[in-house]
Amino acid sequence: MKPFTYERATTPAEAAAAVVRQPGSRFIAGGTNLLDLMKLEIETPAHLIDVNGLKLDTIEPTPDGGLRIGALVSNTNLAADQGVRRDYGVLSRAIVAGASGQLRNKATTAGNLLQRTRCPYFYDTNQACNKRRPGSGCAAIGGYSRQLAIIGTSDACIATYPGDMAVAMRLLDATVETVQPNGAARTIPIADFHKLWGKTPHIETALTNGELITAVTLPRPLGGTHVYHKVRDRASYAYALVSVAAVIQRDGTGRVAIGGIAPKPWRVEAADHAMPQGAKAVASRLLAGAKPTHDNAFKVPLVERTLAAVLAETRAA
Amino acid sequence: MKFDTPAGQNPIDQLKVVGRPTDRIDGKFKTTGTAPYAYERHDVAPHQAYGYIVGSAIAKGRITSMDLSAAKAAPGVVTIVSTLDMPKLPVSKRNIAPLFGGAEIDHYHQAIALVVAETFEQARAAANLVRVQYARTPGRFDFAALAPTAPLEGGSSGEGSGAPPVDRVGNFEGAFAAAPVKLDATYTTPDETHAMMEPFASIAAWQGDKVTVWTSNQMITWAKEDLAKTLSISADNVRIDSPYIGGGFGGKLFLRTDATLAALGAKASGRPVKVAMQRPLMINNSTHRSATIQRIRIGATRDGTITAIAHESTSGNLPHGKPETAVSQTKLLYAGANRLTSMRLAVMDLPEGNAMRAPGEAPGLMALEIAMDEMAEKLGMDPIDFRVKNDTQVDPEKPERKYSQRQLIECMRQGADRFGWSKRNPKPAQVRDGQWLIGMGMAAGFRNNMLTKSGAKVSLDHRGVVTVRTDMTDIGTGTYTIIAQTAAEMMGLPIDRVVVLLGDSDFPASAGSGGQWGANNSTAGVYAACIKLRETVAQKLGFNSGDVEFSGGKVRAGNRSVALGDAAKGGDIHVEDHIEYGDLGKQYQQSTFAGHFVEAAVNAYTGETRIRRMLAVCAAGRILNPKSARSQVIGAMTMGVGAALMEELAVDKRFGFFVNHDLATYEVPVHADIPHQEVIFLDEADAISSPMKAKGVGELGICGVGAAIANAVYNATGVRVRDYPITLDKHLDRLPAIA
Ligand SMILES: Cc1cc2nc3c(=O)[nH]c(=O)nc-3n(C[C@H](O)[C@H](O)[C@H](O)COP(=O)(O)OP(=O)(O)OC[C@H]3O[C@@H](n4cnc5c(N)ncnc54)[C@H](O)[C@@H]3O)c2cc1C
Ligand code: SF4
Repeated sequence: MKPFTYERATTPAEAAAAVVRQPGSRFIAGGTNLLDLMKLEIETPAHLIDVNGLKLDTIEPTPDGGLRIGALVSNTNLAADQGVRRDYGVLSRAIVAGASGQLRNKATTAGNLLQRTRCPYFYDTNQACNKRRPGSGCAAIGGYSRQLAIIGTSDACIATYPGDMAVAMRLLDATVETVQPNGAARTIPIADFHKLWGKTPHIETALTNGELITAVTLPRPLGGTHVYHKVRDRASYAYALVSVAAVIQRDGTGRVAIGGIAPKPWRVEAADHAMPQGAKAVASRLLAGAKPTHDNAFKVPLVERTLAAVLAETRAA
Repeated sequence: MKFDTPAGQNPIDQLKVVGRPTDRIDGKFKTTGTAPYAYERHDVAPHQAYGYIVGSAIAKGRITSMDLSAAKAAPGVVTIVSTLDMPKLPVSKRNIAPLFGGAEIDHYHQAIALVVAETFEQARAAANLVRVQYARTPGRFDFAALAPTAPLEGGSSGEGSGAPPVDRVGNFEGAFAAAPVKLDATYTTPDETHAMMEPFASIAAWQGDKVTVWTSNQMITWAKEDLAKTLSISADNVRIDSPYIGGGFGGKLFLRTDATLAALGAKASGRPVKVAMQRPLMINNSTHRSATIQRIRIGATRDGTITAIAHESTSGNLPHGKPETAVSQTKLLYAGANRLTSMRLAVMDLPEGNAMRAPGEAPGLMALEIAMDEMAEKLGMDPIDFRVKNDTQVDPEKPERKYSQRQLIECMRQGADRFGWSKRNPKPAQVRDGQWLIGMGMAAGFRNNMLTKSGAKVSLDHRGVVTVRTDMTDIGTGTYTIIAQTAAEMMGLPIDRVVVLLGDSDFPASAGSGGQWGANNSTAGVYAACIKLRETVAQKLGFNSGDVEFSGGKVRAGNRSVALGDAAKGGDIHVEDHIEYGDLGKQYQQSTFAGHFVEAAVNAYTGETRIRRMLAVCAAGRILNPKSARSQVIGAMTMGVGAALMEELAVDKRFGFFVNHDLATYEVPVHADIPHQEVIFLDEADAISSPMKAKGVGELGICGVGAAIANAVYNATGVRVRDYPITLDKHLDRLPAIA
């Protein structure tokens, strides 16, 4: 870990402005991802701006019947919130499927959205990685890639976005609210928030330098049955091989987003339209153009089968 | 004391303290954080500096240059010890890969430097400033490609299993060809790592020529000898102290980089240095259980009598390494007139393969006990009946050698009753519970009992407190407690009148902890010392030692009764003795046995396997402390679940290293994976094994578990997976059609 300086920000605008003032600055929220990366010198900020004092830790209804979740709401509190559990069950379920109780107590909404990939070569600083060191190559391509992405990848990077919470947020068409260093606020639809890797896998989101997430808003509840089905090698405390977030209505229509297979939570409009036709039809639309590796080819049938499980569960419910 | 005739009646048989479920006496220290582990021993030497290990970034080749200038100039840096400062250090006989010195790189993350600084953070930051240039040379990393041409190689795990390159009895090929029912199948097990919680950690301090190392090590005498050899100093100048160990599983049997570099760093900086190996280095820097490819052939008559059995295993290791002895149990476990075992060893450039909990038997039974299940199915027999049919009460290779005790049949029969085996549908893929396919499986467990010399010193003071000193270790197994129970039983005291001090090389040499030999041998050593103490006490108190009774803190004979402590009125009494063994171990085959039972559920859609319940019935001699023994067995069963379902070191065959080298990516079971475990110990006492009449259980618990799970998965799905771990991708495309 490189030595760094540290300050506590008191207002969102000030926090954003502080980043620009001091090059090499990063925000720190729960620190559960950033600190690990700093210890390994995968991230080497010169200055940390602690955002925990920004009072962005409340969950409030919005005028149009949705919910506004402060950026600093902990994963534990978000998953346990009565309104979330009642109207956005898929979000609660996705959160509690992730990490552990201790981590969820520390982890924040914004930090969770911004958690970085778990590609093992990204974590080993002896290995080439375009995401960690742009232009150095990608050791994962042709290497051990069981956990990595099958779709939306590029010749530069085949890593996944590993998180669970964001998959549910993508399903719910959430919006990310930010404030920029010049004080201007903006909103980013979650669909545009995480980027495909393309030639620049080190650029992971739509955020600009110093842009601070202040909240995530959810539109009005969708009703229906909410499911989050996470598939993994052990029963807990593991990232998804594949996860399926779904809201399914009584008439068989619905929507679905997939985790663990792509650089971002994976959702395809055409696939949603195919919901009444069943898992096969949905999966083929979701995974059109998939380019799995030898190690992770199983994720292709696994997506379809997990989807089938979800549909069977909801039928039975 | 030499143990060369079967034990008769002795004071341990009173079972007033021994054999009772007893809380661990170190338990309260561990649960309250007051048991200091090696890295936390801040008080043992002043001004400790912190060492941080730099590991090689390549797997094979040499260092062409190392630039330390930036690192040396970094804040807080005390000194840097570089591998280029010295020639390759001597490799002790128990190590395979060199630990330090010279420019050659033998495997990934081999230590190449130690940065010593005032704080851990400063050492870490400076370590990242070390710039190294390498010249890579091609390495041998692809086990499957190397295996077909691997030469024959015999070997011993050093932990109770071993086999020559080829071992034959009768005419295997002829009998197999003639057998009406036969199986020929190949199984694979992956590279695995110990994944203990406490990393390798040591503090070293020099006083003149003498070095003391406070460390975490299972085998104190080995560590002392091997550190002396590695540093080219006299063993008399080395003291090792390791009273608490946060798990080892065989990973801490040997001298490792932490102790070596702490000693070198302390020498170079002229002050005590502490080193804990960083978690990401743990896996590639140290030892692991090597992957195996195992071919098993079994031939039988139609009534299920085995006529031919062959087990051939290939593993890989560094040059001068030894094979994983996966065929060993097949020499002993089942009858059969015509037998063949063989081992092959591929020379590779991956990190060192060496002992991990039940080396040999753990992976060997994972294969053999699936083969037995497959064979039973071919014969249309119940898997238990098939095993019972081929039970043997003698060493099948040397029938004149009887088993000292062998209750395998009883383990399986009792287990079957207890587990509800009769409810198992022998036809696979028949039982469903919602989305889950349900199956039951069983396997036999087998592990040898090792006899090895072990010493102890016992002292008595005037208050009647007995203190035991031995360099024996407690690796979380409960050694403190069973040693206290032994001394308490022998001296007629409650357990709280016994003090146990362990893990110091200044104490008498013991068996150490490994190969499940620790409990029986170390307590037998304490027994020997206590016999001597009883004689000394009796003599001091003027008793005729023959008919003296030690109980309730008193020494009695006839109507005379004296407080035990009175014997030490004139000063503490110290006696020392050890147990050593005659050839009962040669005359008799000594082993431990288990019947493992598992109910597993496989998700019909996703192929995920989740364990529902597990049972182990163990026959392992006298159980000294049923409570800690049970903990050992359930821990081992848990490790067996890991081996069966998730543990695998992923090899990068291009760059030659284990890619998933941290606890996030090398998955071991978590609580949610282990719902219900039950352990039953058969009531045994094996008078051939030692005066304690005990054997080992710590490794028995893992032996066979993997196969019992594999067999349960097969019973659930009808899909036979022969490649561990049984992850969902191995059977997903063959699962029964979803209704
Ligand atoms: C062992 C382990 C297991 C895990 N398992 C899972 C799992 O199964 N599923 C899962 O989804 N996650 C898992 N996680 C990841 C966990 O969810 C994240 O670490 C956590 O959500 C990050 O939140 P944080 O507040 O601690 O973020 P931090 O570490 O504080 O920050 C993460 C990033 O977000 C930035 N940031 C923080 N707040 C803001 C803001 N307001 N605006 C802009 N940028 C900001 C930081 O600069 C940093 O780059 C696991 C983590 C660990 C350590
Ligand atoms: S897949 Fe992406 S994160 Fe992984 S090594 Fe390649 S570039 Fe780096």
